[in-house]
Amino acid sequence: MNTFFTIVAGFLLVNIAAGLVRVYRGPSPADRMLSAQLFGTTGVAILLLLSQSLSTPALVDAALVLGLLAAVAVVAFVTRIPQNERDE
Amino acid sequence: MSFAGLALDGLLALSLPILAWRTLAARDLYRAAILFITFGVILALAWARLGAPDIALAEAAIGAGITGALLLNTVGGLSRRNGGDDDERPDEPTDRVGRPWTTRLAVAIPVTILAVGLGWAVLSLPAPTVDMPSLVGEAIAEGEVSHPITAVLLDYRSYDTFLEIGVLLLAALCVWSLGLSAVRGEAPEAVAKSPVLAGFVRLLAPAMVVSGVYLLWAGTSQPGGAFQAGAVLGALGVVMVLTGLLAPSLGRGSIIRAGLALGFSVFLLVGVAAMLATGGFLEYPAGFEYGLILAIEFFLTFSIALTLTALFTTVPPREKKEGA
Amino acid sequence: MISSLVNIASILFVVAGAFFFLAGTVGLLRFPDVYTRLHSLTKADNTGLGLVVVGLAIQSGSVLAALKMILAWLFVLVSGATAAHLISTTALKGGIRVWRKE
Repeated sequence: MNTFFTIVAGFLLVNIAAGLVRVYRGPSPADRMLSAQLFGTTGVAILLLLSQSLSTPALVDAALVLGLLAAVAVVAFVTRIPQNERDE
Repeated sequence: MSFAGLALDGLLALSLPILAWRTLAARDLYRAAILFITFGVILALAWARLGAPDIALAEAAIGAGITGALLLNTVGGLSRRNGGDDDERPDEPTDRVGRPWTTRLAVAIPVTILAVGLGWAVLSLPAPTVDMPSLVGEAIAEGEVSHPITAVLLDYRSYDTFLEIGVLLLAALCVWSLGLSAVRGEAPEAVAKSPVLAGFVRLLAPAMVVSGVYLLWAGTSQPGGAFQAGAVLGALGVVMVLTGLLAPSLGRGSIIRAGLALGFSVFLLVGVAAMLATGGFLEYPAGFEYGLILAIEFFLTFSIALTLTALFTTVPPREKKEGA
Repeated sequence: MISSLVNIASILFVVAGAFFFLAGTVGLLRFPDVYTRLHSLTKADNTGLGLVVVGLAIQSGSVLAALKMILAWLFVLVSGATAAHLISTTALKGGIRVWRKE
């Protein structure tokens, strides 16, 4: 069972790696921000899976904090970053 | 270690240096900030795999959360400074700048020597002469703090924590002394007046306060503690500053200054008082460790949260002069 | 018997959740504009993480741990929905046009 959770965690990590392509392509700041948002959520899922597979309950707290604080970056983004499409 | 675990670790070990390199070499500061947030998430996962949930927790809070927001905040401020969102931002570091190969070589050689030296130093470390794990086990049996990391931090490494809070205080002072302009009223109208954002902050605030206090309390028996708790509470302050619920000056100047210095001062006072009682700086008298440590952690959490918030405001609190 | 049933249910939920994460990532890469990409991202936030949490919560064996996981999911739900709304609002105000099929 633990091996299964580790495999799923690895699969989700591959998802993050694939999602990085969107950070490169952009084109708008919003595209990059929503990639980061997806990585945060995926990170929460991986931490929960690892908490089970490594039998470390404290990692659930880490997932909780990551889920809570991922929102701070989004708030900083919408209030501070100028929103103009920058095609590159 | 199963094959699946090995593959996961390999992937983590591979992606971290690549992400770090791409973050540093990014042409665009905004893109670098996003990559840094991703780096923080992956680093938290790596710490989790290494069996260090404490550091995973701290990295999730500080690396992926607060620092990411701090960098985005700075990028926003910089692009405004340079006249909006022009593509020409002369002071932006880029990887396309043509530096002569002599300059590159002059940087590369000392860096390589340093890297080799550090690697050699790590590999040739002598075996520890003090049996730390069993010493810590004894200290936990004696003391009342049952989580090994917190016990180590407080029983043996009080100086570390003491100096760290000092560094954080200095960082806030440095940011203020740069004399940058305030973060205020710069959000687009649709966002600034958005009922969704306001409602979200209202939902977020109690959750963050409860989580912060929980982490502080949890720190005595499991991963958590003042820095993690302070990061969560500081994040709440940051969100409130960014959404305009808190004025950039945060409040009356004298009170804010006192609050910033509180954690450091309490730590120093307790340390000196302990020195008068037991003869050693920060050597707590027997029987009082738990209460003293918890009191210090409480004040530290408050000051850390306030300092992190102050880092975002960049406005030194002043007594009211020009209606600021 | 019971435990193997729980294991099978857990595997099904976690695999279904991972599928939504995959779908979210594919959408992030393949969809034509920021609004459609947001649409795929929120599926991963809401359903993907939700299913993974259900799969893990029935494994955890402790009510407190299960509640904490559900709490983490609720945080992500709220912040994901808010983030999607705010990012699309700022994108629209920033002049990013909505993709139309030619």
